[in-house]
Amino acid sequence: MPYSFKGGVHPPENKKRSAFKPSEVLEAPAKLYFPMQMHVGAPCSPTVSKGDAVLVGQVIGASDAPISALIHTSVSGTVVDIKDHDHPSGRKVQTVIIENDGKYTLHPDVIARSEAAKEKDPLDRSPEEVIEAIRLAGIVGMGGAGFPTAFKIRSVLGQIHTLIINAAECEPYITADNRLLVERMDDTLIGIRVLMKTLGVSHATLAIESNKEEAIEMLRDRLDGTGILLRILRTKYPQGSEKHIIRAVTGREVPPGKLPGDIGCAVFNPASCAAIYDAVAKGMPLISRFVTISGSAIGNAQNLQVRIGTPISCLISAAGGYALPPQRIIIGGPMMGSAQYTTDVPVLKTCNSVLVFGENEGLHEGSAICIRCGKCVSVCPMRLQPIYIRMYGEKGDYAYCEEKLNVRDCIECGACSYKCPGHLPLVQTIRFVKQRLGPVKKS
Amino acid sequence: MNEKKHMFYVSPSPHFHDPEDTRSVMFDVILALLPALCLGVYFFGWRALTLSLISVAACVVFEYLYQRIAHIKSSVYDLSAVVTGILIVMCVPAHIPYWMVIVADFFAIVVAKQLFGGIGQNFMNPALAGRVFLFSWASWFSAYPATVGTTGAGRLPIIGDVPMVNGAPDIITSATPLASMKEGVLPIEFSLRDLFLGNVAGSIGEVSAFILIIGGLYLLLRGVISARIPLTYIGTVAVLYFLFPAGAGDRLSWMLYGILSGGLMLGAIFMATDYATSPVTPVGQIIYGVGCGLITYVIRRFGAYNEGVAFSILIMNTIVWSIDKLSAPRRFGGLRGGKRQPRPEEGEVTK
Repeated sequence: MPYSFKGGVHPPENKKRSAFKPSEVLEAPAKLYFPMQMHVGAPCSPTVSKGDAVLVGQVIGASDAPISALIHTSVSGTVVDIKDHDHPSGRKVQTVIIENDGKYTLHPDVIARSEAAKEKDPLDRSPEEVIEAIRLAGIVGMGGAGFPTAFKIRSVLGQIHTLIINAAECEPYITADNRLLVERMDDTLIGIRVLMKTLGVSHATLAIESNKEEAIEMLRDRLDGTGILLRILRTKYPQGSEKHIIRAVTGREVPPGKLPGDIGCAVFNPASCAAIYDAVAKGMPLISRFVTISGSAIGNAQNLQVRIGTPISCLISAAGGYALPPQRIIIGGPMMGSAQYTTDVPVLKTCNSVLVFGENEGLHEGSAICIRCGKCVSVCPMRLQPIYIRMYGEKGDYAYCEEKLNVRDCIECGACSYKCPGHLPLVQTIRFVKQRLGPVKKS
Repeated sequence: MNEKKHMFYVSPSPHFHDPEDTRSVMFDVILALLPALCLGVYFFGWRALTLSLISVAACVVFEYLYQRIAHIKSSVYDLSAVVTGILIVMCVPAHIPYWMVIVADFFAIVVAKQLFGGIGQNFMNPALAGRVFLFSWASWFSAYPATVGTTGAGRLPIIGDVPMVNGAPDIITSATPLASMKEGVLPIEFSLRDLFLGNVAGSIGEVSAFILIIGGLYLLLRGVISARIPLTYIGTVAVLYFLFPAGAGDRLSWMLYGILSGGLMLGAIFMATDYATSPVTPVGQIIYGVGCGLITYVIRRFGAYNEGVAFSILIMNTIVWSIDKLSAPRRFGGLRGGKRQPRPEEGEVTK
């Protein structure tokens, strides 16, 4: 019986189109966009000015706040403008716009760090050295959350006994982590071992959904003697949710309002582990990532290695443009991703996929009436009762939603809205209630 | 790339839906009911079919007319009125007059369902409410037609009502197992095989446990219902008959006759699982099933009626919200039996 959790849904996977295609490197366009917010935490301020010449890996955004991540340019060229620009969140965010000179000249700092990195085995680094390398590389959680990795490691040092690598990739369509594992397996495994050493654990668990056979086959041969254990999870959404992958691997649940570190667990994404390898073993900052481009309106679904800052329009044209009239563009997966109104938004550190949907792909007409079927309750991975949160929420009884219905526990995975036969906007209502409640009051 | 400027839809996540909707759920229920209905026609004659057609038509018309008059968007297309129409016919005997079915349809659709806000808002099962309303004409339910089939002697008229003789319907009646069980006698004149396959007197759709279970398994496979309510309901009745048989005879026989007689299978599989009138929480569904079983047994043993399924479900319907409130699922990461989960030891998990 594969490891899992209670609840969840089985949306169509739609991964076959891109899962077995080796990734291609996407040529960077003439202009790249670097929003000063690519992570959870304080936004960065630009450290360059209009007209400055920049080199690959040069820091262009930084912040003094503890929870933040450095931003580097992924190309060499000239800063042509610093202004508010479209951001995948739907807002306008201060953005450094760089004209690509096509030379990809490395910044001297990067060359110096890369020389220094060659001197020492990455597994011989002290925790402080590793954390500093990660901080300098601007690494964030690349599964979508975007939490600054250096801060995360430092805050849990000494209290971790279970390290989980979350390769579940439970959202439909997305195959970026899967391809990264297959193509950069050795790098990723070293990155995981660096993490194990830094956190002081003897073992790590690489948790992966059962539908990624290619990666699983390769992993079986390569994990001997690494201290990394393979754990195959049932293919089910939202298996890759941090709380649920911990539940599936350890059988333990993160208490409400607590963090994984509070029960001794830490979860990292494989792409972040590969980025940690790049930072520690090569001195390279996080300037490129694997992105899946798929959806019915995309002619040639595939995985691309994309320089951060590339507008998604470039990915769409590289994948053969629109095969059908596009109706929706999603950054992230169809369950939790965000819809875009323009293709000018750039690929961020957290962008694992760009989906272009043709007319009504995955949508179905609903009656918009609750028939009390209770399916929202049975699929909710957090064991909430969306049906009642909606009823009390629509009546304006937000206090009841908070105190009795634990609305704040909702991870907004969207399983309830997905499953509802009336196609009611359940998770959307929950978001509204949470917003009305405002931030948690410190007691 | 295409230079044309495209406009994109922007909406909050999720951007995907399960294809299942209310109508497909109701369609599954209809499919699951059809075999039992066909068997009803086989046992009680073509009149069972004409009654069904009239009942379904009446339910749909009442729903349509009510929503028309009340200026509400029509929900006829969700097929829930069709389900109610079929269920009502399944729980009445085949000899009752057409007008009586139509009265039950009216009470179910207009009073029990629409006046409370329509699908999902009703607090009691419309079909059962309509059925129980018919106890206003209780004399019609004191005797049940025998299973004479579509061609047998004494078959019921296909069109038109059953003629009356001396104020009682002119039909070949047959004893029902529940009537003798009420007297404390095991109805051994009925074989368990006949009870299981449905060759006994009773309401149109309730007689065959076998075909109802098939329909229930289909609904389970399609994910329309969970097994919690039917299993706990039937299980409770079984356990009670086993522990407290109503008369002489061995316990096992009492248990089997108890669960195979009357409307228990129909009620447990198709009525008690009605979405709007049953709890949504897993624990709540178990409480509800046990409660239904308990009341059914008590009415069968000690009540004025031979059968208690309809009443037990309607009674439990009234406390569904309280059950839901009391049985909220354990919070994710919350206390288990009042204790936090133990902190795992180093390496314990990863071996």
